[in-house]
Amino acid sequence: MAIWLARLALDRWRHFEKCKVGEGADSQPLALITETAHGPRVDAVNDAGREEGAAPGMMLADARTLCPQLQVAVSDPAGDLAFLERLAVWAQRWGPWSAVDAPDGLLVDVTAVAHLFGGEQRLLEDVHARFEQQGLAMRAAIAPTAGAAWALAHYGSERTILGADDDGLVRLSALPVASLRLDSDVLLVLRRLGLKRLGDLAELGRDAVQRRFRNRRSPSANPLVRMDQLLGRVPEPLLPVIATEMPLVQRRLMEPIRHRPLLDHVVADLAGDMARALEGRGEGARRLELGLWRVDGDVALRQLELAAPTRDAEHIVRLFATRLDSVDAGFGIEMVRLRAAWSEPLDLAQADLEAAAESHGTSLAACIDRLTVRLGETAVRRPVPRGSHLPERSQAWAPPLEPEPSSQEQFAFHSRPLKILDHPEQIAVLYASPDGYPKRFRWRGAVHEVTRVEGPERIAPEWWRERGNARLRDYYRIEDGEGRRYWIYRAGLADDGRGGMPDWFLQGMFA
Amino acid sequence: MDMSTLPKAAQLAVLGRHAPRWRPGLARKGVRALHSEVFASADEASGAGFALALALDEMDNGVTALEEKPFLWVQDAQSMRLTGRPCRAGLSDSLRHRVVHVAARKVEDALFALEEGLRCRDLAFVLGEIAGDPKAMSFTASRRLSLASEQHGVPLFLVRHDAARNLSAARLRWQVRSAASNRPCWNPDAPGRAAWQAELFRARDHAPGEWTLRDDGESLAADPSQPRTPDHGDLAGAAGAGSLAAL
Repeated sequence: MAIWLARLALDRWRHFEKCKVGEGADSQPLALITETAHGPRVDAVNDAGREEGAAPGMMLADARTLCPQLQVAVSDPAGDLAFLERLAVWAQRWGPWSAVDAPDGLLVDVTAVAHLFGGEQRLLEDVHARFEQQGLAMRAAIAPTAGAAWALAHYGSERTILGADDDGLVRLSALPVASLRLDSDVLLVLRRLGLKRLGDLAELGRDAVQRRFRNRRSPSANPLVRMDQLLGRVPEPLLPVIATEMPLVQRRLMEPIRHRPLLDHVVADLAGDMARALEGRGEGARRLELGLWRVDGDVALRQLELAAPTRDAEHIVRLFATRLDSVDAGFGIEMVRLRAAWSEPLDLAQADLEAAAESHGTSLAACIDRLTVRLGETAVRRPVPRGSHLPERSQAWAPPLEPEPSSQEQFAFHSRPLKILDHPEQIAVLYASPDGYPKRFRWRGAVHEVTRVEGPERIAPEWWRERGNARLRDYYRIEDGEGRRYWIYRAGLADDGRGGMPDWFLQGMFA
Repeated sequence: MDMSTLPKAAQLAVLGRHAPRWRPGLARKGVRALHSEVFASADEASGAGFALALALDEMDNGVTALEEKPFLWVQDAQSMRLTGRPCRAGLSDSLRHRVVHVAARKVEDALFALEEGLRCRDLAFVLGEIAGDPKAMSFTASRRLSLASEQHGVPLFLVRHDAARNLSAARLRWQVRSAASNRPCWNPDAPGRAAWQAELFRARDHAPGEWTLRDDGESLAADPSQPRTPDHGDLAGAAGAGSLAAL
């Protein structure tokens, strides 16, 4: 069974505006738009807007010329998709599995199910009734293959049922070629060839179509493959939606609590429950959400992200302790709920035979969690290599426990300083000739006599990223009279025509 | 508290004479101070470089387990601004992939991070950098760090940029500045490998002294050619007042 939610985006918008079809805000012309590189583009138009001439796919400016009073709202494709996924899980009431057919359809496997609803006709009536309750405009069709059901739902008459005994080709021959789920450029080719109906394609003969599309492998570019899928001659695998339930534990409290010690106790209980729930699934939590429902209906939400999967109740309680300081209990908290929004497999671990090793100190993941909770997400990082020649861009900062990204080995003969300043500091340099070695420089109010130099190492600007007038850098490793070793560079050359005399900067310090 | 177990003042005075002089690689023999403090100028990277060399010196000698544990590098905002952040490509090969860097905004946060790091059994060592003489970096704070370090056996190297030599519980206290490097073999005009002029001005188990230490590629090496100062330990022992340095 294929279900086509013809006006999903608009139905969702209407749901948020709490109005019915053609009433309230919906009685005015309205368009849902997306920002594109060429300006806002119309994604969907309501009935009033359609009557005025606006259509999906137009630029907003064009639609406005046709219908100046057009109202706009921003469309939400990600939200639509998430809603569709939830809907697909809900649609499993009519069949054992269902698949999302993005952007606005669902496929439900109703093989050998219809008799439970009293026949396929009654099943379709049930589907229509349920969707109508939800306020969603839809068309549904039942057919032996997913392709045929999709074609009938989109282009067939209302509530079509194609039985297993019917001749598919005969029943479907009147449908347009667009019902084959083909790419728009292939549809254009077919229209230019004068093939408008599925029947035309079948009459043409297999060999002729095969010759025309012989080098198209993807099903959505090859009408012959789509036709075979439609008629059930080749299988068409679909990706079913499977609902996953995240571990959730909660406590409803008989008396609303207003004091911190009691709340700490409840959180500790919940953490214990959560640890047991996770252990049963062989998982550890990466993200935890703690919801606190107050008597007046307000909800305080506290989130925690962990560096590595864990189900250590004590550790969880300790991390939440700092997050609970800002909770306003008001007239009291009557329900507390802890949910693991993201969990990863974590095997049961053998306890260390030597008890001392377990009790001694904390693990690295626990240490990083504690640091992150107090200092913030971005404070605990580790340097990882990045593909760039510019020293300040050649390393990125990544979360400490994530695997290192693969990268090219650094050249061993490039010596790099131990430390790099966040912003290179400008220095005043004395030199014999503009492109020669530096002799002496002033930095942070002190004069450094350069005794030993190596260089230059020339690092060119990244032309694919930077502006055309970016200057190259000549790096020198120097040692001054007191043995201090620095990494300095000259930004540009005197005669490169990209500005005046080049400036000098100090960027790094060697050990 | 049982006073009889504590060393007598006279014993402490003798300790100065019998205590071994510090030398690179001494940690191998079990003479190991867990809490070291390195004083250095903020205008050079000698402090952090020397602290890393000390840490590697201990690891090379097999005292720290050979398994590849990460290490924690904590910096407060001021030292990050003055001396910059660690550069991965500039670290030695054995340390490059093991850095966990903590950028603390306040000194209190840095101290918290240091202490949490010392309590962690999976860290090879903890390196801290604190600039100036903030109020939070008191004797009590250093005593806390010292105790945490000794309780869990994780070495701490605390670099103090442009700081005064105030009271501290550190077992080894160094004053470090860069020294002229050896001339490289292939290009004598280029700067060579790192070298430091290091003064051990206060240590519990060693006599103070001054060394020119070099990073010779694999380990820390003392320059034998320049005995800068006479052995303070013997002098102090002869004067009968060496206990100050030995405490």
